[in-house]
Amino acid sequence: MTQTAPAPIIAFDRVTKRFGALTVLDDFNFTVAPGEKVTLIGPSGSGKSTVLRILMTLEPFQEGTLTLAGMSYQQPNGTGPFKAGERHLRQIRSHVGMVFQSFNLFPHMSVMRNVVEAPVRVLGLSRAEAECRAVDLLALVGLADKKDHFPAQLSGGQQQRVAIARALAMRPRVLLFDEPTSALDPQLVGEVLSVIRSLAHEHDLTMLLVTHEMRFAREVSDRVCFFDKGRICEQGAPDQIFTNPQQPRTREFLASVLG
Amino acid sequence: MEWISYLPSLGRGALVTASITLAAIALGGAAAFVAGIARVEGGRIVATLALCYTELFRGTSLLVQLFWFYYALPLVGISFEPVTTGIVVLALHVGAYGSEIVRGALASVAQQQHEAARALNFGRMQTLLHITLPQALVEMMPAFGNLAIETLKLSSLVSLISIADLTFRAQSIRNLTLDSTTVYTLTLLGYFLMSLVLMGLMRLLERLVRRGAAFPRAAHS
Repeated sequence: MTQTAPAPIIAFDRVTKRFGALTVLDDFNFTVAPGEKVTLIGPSGSGKSTVLRILMTLEPFQEGTLTLAGMSYQQPNGTGPFKAGERHLRQIRSHVGMVFQSFNLFPHMSVMRNVVEAPVRVLGLSRAEAECRAVDLLALVGLADKKDHFPAQLSGGQQQRVAIARALAMRPRVLLFDEPTSALDPQLVGEVLSVIRSLAHEHDLTMLLVTHEMRFAREVSDRVCFFDKGRICEQGAPDQIFTNPQQPRTREFLASVLG
Repeated sequence: MEWISYLPSLGRGALVTASITLAAIALGGAAAFVAGIARVEGGRIVATLALCYTELFRGTSLLVQLFWFYYALPLVGISFEPVTTGIVVLALHVGAYGSEIVRGALASVAQQQHEAARALNFGRMQTLLHITLPQALVEMMPAFGNLAIETLKLSSLVSLISIADLTFRAQSIRNLTLDSTTVYTLTLLGYFLMSLVLMGLMRLLERLVRRGAAFPRAAHS
């Protein structure tokens, strides 16, 4: 019995992204299978975060093609920097969620409203239905008792957990984590990682994680990609990358971060 | 006790000043939001039109604007009641300043808020109405408070297009009685009292906006 690999949910094909004279992604190829948990590691400036930001349509790219769930990021007659209409981009965004390094909660809304606002306004859920869903999600991230608090009243770790609940409330197929613990005090990192770890068991959720937490990456991911100079220099199963890296650049990098 | 006899006339003038000021603040506030939002969110053409309006009305004298609308415009066949002219011109003038307040406050909302909104798939209008504008509103209020007081004081210029406001009445009484000291002292007091009330109103409004947008400082348990 042969099993064909499922069609990738994300496919970068020879994507080049430049900021002015600086090439951030260089002829970049990368595919992700549905449900796969992939960690992106590498030195800063190597293009890891840019991959996530392009997927979230926060950044356009110049060359190549990118598809998500079969939808291309560019349209034949598309205009503007994204070479696609806003309606098309919103359709793509409906499948993707993102958790930011700096949480980016809405400071003028309570925790509950942060979580229900998009489901109500964007998905058209009734407020009651959205709140019902939000209560479950807040329980999942361990913050059910904070629903009436405002972001300014929460610790960084709590804010990030709300941000994760907020992203999940939109039921994305792909969830992007852009250095979710880098802005946190060391003692708050654990609570956020344990929430992400619990999501890693969600079979249907595709996760891309940019992180400097190497032990965590090794533990939760199906695949680790080492980035260098706008390309994936080496990738493979976490055990292989962490115990037996093939490329000298990977070895160097791991030696410097693992100490 | 001459001064008591001045009060009824000055009082009627103050009423005109107050009405014109409040109308101009309401109308000017609307103009400020329309032009300020157009500057930030409009396409190139809309943003340029808004910029032209702002610079034209900020860059010329209010007095000359009043004269132009009152004396020059009728020559091409368009004329309004003096009070209408006064309110509209004053509103356009302070609206131009207000649009800069709106634009500045919207621009000061962190880029990350826009990104978070986009990641949650909010549309542009939704992002403006529910995410950025409520945050910007809180930033705008102190500046709008100043502008409201400024509007009250600028309104005295409408006396020069024959509107019987507080300043106009003061001039008339002084011309009859030559009692400059008493008349102008009372007039100053009148403006000051009105601006006190206006400051109180703006404070109240600011508190309402802050409550709506709720940025609590202390944690409640």
